[in-house]
Amino acid sequence: MRFDVDIRKRVTAAGRVFDLDVAFCADSERLALFGPSGAGKSLTLQILAGLVAPDEGFVRVDGRTWFDSKRRIDVPARARRIGYVFQDYALFPHRTVEQNVAAALVSPILGRLHGAARREVGDLLEALALARLSDSYPAQLSGGERQRVALGRALARRPSALMLDEPFSALDAPLRSRVRAELLALHERFAVPYVLITHDAEDLATCADAVVTLAGGRVVAQAAVAADAPASSSSATRGQSVGSRA
Amino acid sequence: MSGVAIPLLLTLKVAFTATLAALVAGVAAGWLLARTRFPGREALDAVLLLPMVLPPTVIGYYLLVVLGTHGAIGAWLDTTFGVRLVFSWQGAAIAAAVVAFPLVFKAARTAFESVDPNLEKAGRSLGYAEWRVLARITLPLAWRGIAAGAMLAFARATGEFGATLMIAGNIPGRTQTLSIAIYEAVQAGDDALANSLVVLASITCIVLLVAAAAIVRRGHLRIVPV
Repeated sequence: MRFDVDIRKRVTAAGRVFDLDVAFCADSERLALFGPSGAGKSLTLQILAGLVAPDEGFVRVDGRTWFDSKRRIDVPARARRIGYVFQDYALFPHRTVEQNVAAALVSPILGRLHGAARREVGDLLEALALARLSDSYPAQLSGGERQRVALGRALARRPSALMLDEPFSALDAPLRSRVRAELLALHERFAVPYVLITHDAEDLATCADAVVTLAGGRVVAQAAVAADAPASSSSATRGQSVGSRA
Repeated sequence: MSGVAIPLLLTLKVAFTATLAALVAGVAAGWLLARTRFPGREALDAVLLLPMVLPPTVIGYYLLVVLGTHGAIGAWLDTTFGVRLVFSWQGAAIAAAVVAFPLVFKAARTAFESVDPNLEKAGRSLGYAEWRVLARITLPLAWRGIAAGAMLAFARATGEFGATLMIAGNIPGRTQTLSIAIYEAVQAGDDALANSLVVLASITCIVLLVAAAAIVRRGHLRIVPV
């Protein structure tokens, strides 16, 4: 999946101004946005997904323009076919596990689930080991289970890419390595590229084939990740292209 | 008992109409202030809360100025549709709606602000159009707070006196609501009527408060099953 991104966004929160100015090109099926907290990773990912509009710039993915301030293009999030997994999962608290996973597939007005979609939800619940929890509510689940529900909900709409905001940070260490393996398995099984956010260098070696490093709202490094080697982040100039799969 | 039943039925008709109007306007305004950013937002919030702090007679006076037969809107309604709101139950309902509006508005704003914006973003990323985000995510999660506000608004509309008296007057059978009937019964020295009206008004308010509390305690409303 090819990303061509050049965006600027100013956000003011509690009287503090944060300026995001991010540009990168990457051709990657498993892209990581890496950096310390407060670097602008979440904001960048939400802009890619269309959940936040940048002030100016462009976002192009696989040759399609999702946002371009000069050409006044802003494809709404609902049309970008992104499966977004929030850091706190953002599961619908008033809906069961099954209803959460089915959320993208239910009919718009009555919220019903029809034949093929019902089977699809069943398969997803099975694949994510959630079948026995299908009538539970998010508040009754453990952290790992909640994450699987969030993944299932995102995968159900057959996204062209998954976007995961700190998918491992809320999990304890033993669970973390298991969930990494699960994510890679889902990546293979559903043949879905992903972009993930992390501040943990260990994630880069196992889960990413290319890395964009952010700090203070800027891209400070870009690199491809060599197989089975720790991330070698070479300092690169803005806008330089990296890729592991041409 | 007909001396009691007529003002009670009129009060309920006025209060239901007023609550419905306050609910629609209050939810819309609450959503606007909770989910959009624009200059003067907090000033607008203060203006919308004014009916809660102004003396009801002041509100009644404003309404007379605007809706009276010589008022800007009142004169237009009179000449175009032949509608006169002064001394009508509809006028009483408008007075009650204005007074009750801040209760729904405040509750709705708080309820909308308590819904995590990430849940709405999640809906958008799942392909939901904005109306679907509102209908399936925001409203079901904010519903309890809004309903509690609507209950309080209904109670407030039921007891409305000052603004109603100013615009609708005190016409038995047409605009004489419970609270105005009580005032008149006391003025006329009819203690028996005053007593039964007071007991009736008290029971109505207690029932409403208990119902409001029960709704707030209940779980989320599921408007449509999946």
